[in-house]
Amino acid sequence: MIPSLRPKFELLTPELIQKIMKEAMNILEKQGVFVENTEVMNLFRESGMKVKESERRVFITPQLVQECLSQAPSVIKLYDRSQQLEFKVGEDEIHFDPGSAAVHLLDHKIQQQRKPWTEDLIRFSRLTDCLEHLHFQSTGLISSDVPETVADSYRLFISLQFSSKPIITGTFLVRGFQPMYEMLKVIRGNQKSLKEKPLAVFDACPSPPLNWSHLTSQSLIDCARAGIPSELISMGMTGATSPVTLVGTLVQHVAENLSGLVISQLAEKGAPVIFGGSPSSFDMRKGTTPMGAIETMMIDSAYSQIGKYLHLPTHAYMGLSDAKINDSQSGMESGVGAVLAALSGINVISGPGMMNFESCQSLEKLVIDNEICGMMYRLLEGISQREEPLAEHLFEDFKPDTHFLSMLHTRNWYRKEHIFPKIVDRDTYGDWGRKGKKSMAERAHQEVERILQENPPALPDKDVVKELKKIMLFEFKKEGLSELPEIKY
Amino acid sequence: MERSQLFEDMKKAIIEGDSQKAESLAKKSLQNQIDPRKAINSGFIPGIQEVGKMWEKGEYFLPELMTSANAMKSAMALLRPELKKSQVPTKSRGRVVIGTVEGDIHDVGKSLVASMLSANGFEVTDLGADVKLDKFLQSAQKKKAHIICLSALLTTTMLGQKRFIEMLKEKKLKTQYKILVGGAPTTQKWADEIEADGYAENALSAIQLALKVMGHKGSLQ
Repeated sequence: MIPSLRPKFELLTPELIQKIMKEAMNILEKQGVFVENTEVMNLFRESGMKVKESERRVFITPQLVQECLSQAPSVIKLYDRSQQLEFKVGEDEIHFDPGSAAVHLLDHKIQQQRKPWTEDLIRFSRLTDCLEHLHFQSTGLISSDVPETVADSYRLFISLQFSSKPIITGTFLVRGFQPMYEMLKVIRGNQKSLKEKPLAVFDACPSPPLNWSHLTSQSLIDCARAGIPSELISMGMTGATSPVTLVGTLVQHVAENLSGLVISQLAEKGAPVIFGGSPSSFDMRKGTTPMGAIETMMIDSAYSQIGKYLHLPTHAYMGLSDAKINDSQSGMESGVGAVLAALSGINVISGPGMMNFESCQSLEKLVIDNEICGMMYRLLEGISQREEPLAEHLFEDFKPDTHFLSMLHTRNWYRKEHIFPKIVDRDTYGDWGRKGKKSMAERAHQEVERILQENPPALPDKDVVKELKKIMLFEFKKEGLSELPEIKY
Repeated sequence: MERSQLFEDMKKAIIEGDSQKAESLAKKSLQNQIDPRKAINSGFIPGIQEVGKMWEKGEYFLPELMTSANAMKSAMALLRPELKKSQVPTKSRGRVVIGTVEGDIHDVGKSLVASMLSANGFEVTDLGADVKLDKFLQSAQKKKAHIICLSALLTTTMLGQKRFIEMLKEKKLKTQYKILVGGAPTTQKWADEIEADGYAENALSAIQLALKVMGHKGSLQ
């Protein structure tokens, strides 16, 4: 059988990659990066790097970068809550997860965005858990009914109960790490199992240009030591916080991500890191950061190509939109982004459900995007030789009235060759009318409600829930609160 | 050189966002003993007015706005001290202290507002990003500010705006200053909730707002 061609999209020539790498390395060595974390500063000093204490600036030699690159794993494996399912993050495997972390939810009933609360987080987690093409969960909503100071761990607290999928998450404050780590250990039983079978990935965003804040550098070293994969989320905005040319932003992106990788390796040799990002084109008219811009997607695809060149797992925020409602723009931007991400072979693609410049999640969009993701997996399977011969034999005794519908061959292959979307409209005009002339968003809303009604939540053991609650309550008490918001199971 | 030509060049330097040119024209006008007030009103201000118009029409985008505002700032930095020396006291349109609140390192939007305010005749002290709340107050007291502008780009740091206003209330200083807030997650609703004196969605409306709270009538200078 002739193997199928894996379709692939690349924007950079090898010469351009070399040049981007060289300039990024030069910046790290000659201009350095800012590090606002004393422990990380010490790690750099101990490794023999030049440190300018007064400016909190460190200079990183190409030798150290190379050494750290050779230590970092090229493939990371994530495991779901039950440890039954294994997901390879690396090479050209792709996995979608909802875009994170939205401060608003698009409420379908009122067609407006509003602040989400606990019940929304639960619905979001449960829905994501049921959508088959989203391999990972994300702590995609920030609950407004809990203090901001515990909002990071609270997201994880809800996710771990209402979803069994691996989770992409992160801290908002340094103090958020400990309770989140404790919760993950409760699920796995102990520290060692968590390290062996990671359940969560933590995002760490440098502040462009070239600054590692106290929070993000702490997250990098905490995760490295705990064996939790860190996703490096460099996020320049072209012409605002990074150079205006796409290639210039790539230089900064690579320099920032490499410095993050070094921090992580200095904390723990071989620590798992993902070469990710959330850069964007900066709209010079509106002063906004469109994630649906083609230039944003081009930067994403290109840095992931460099990530692959460095043999690192990759991540990007793609398949999202800046639309405010589930309209044509939403579908257009999400679809184009998902196609390019898939063809670029990006390992973790965070985007589904997300709109309005990464600030708003929509359950309906999540359902729509799930279908887009399904299309992407099909696309990547490519066109295969299913049998020998290909089709010649089907034409034996060919007659004018030959058709294929009644052939066993059709019956055997149609489900393997074709996917069947749930909410994409393929009705005849008449049927569509009879069903109420519903738009995609309306059909998606029905599907959200159907899924949530028909699928009971995938709760962990009662003892686990009890332990998680204990950890969360401890954090709430620090804020002077005596109880957790009510959770309906 | 004819005066009218000099003023025309000043206008052009601002429209083109050429700081060096604007500076050298400001110097030249001083050397030629042209009243700095005249240079500002007939040369530089028509320039920034034109920039504002081009922005409104959608011809100019942020990079033009920013570089033109910087050119204006450079010229004003040379002319303002001369204004102070002159006999007739000149009034600035108001003193402003501006910064991004603590924990937040986002600088772009705030700097644009600062530049535009400065270009439009306000005396602006830009404290930068990640500014401690105490520092806003200290600086406002030292500079005898009329307006304090607080920027925040994160939902976590926008709480700093609220805390600052609470702090002023505790110290019974709230009525001494006009507090304006801005930044991506902020809204008019938020401004009302925390009892700020105003909210602006972008740099141009920030200028309108600053003029309004200072009791100045009319539009952009």
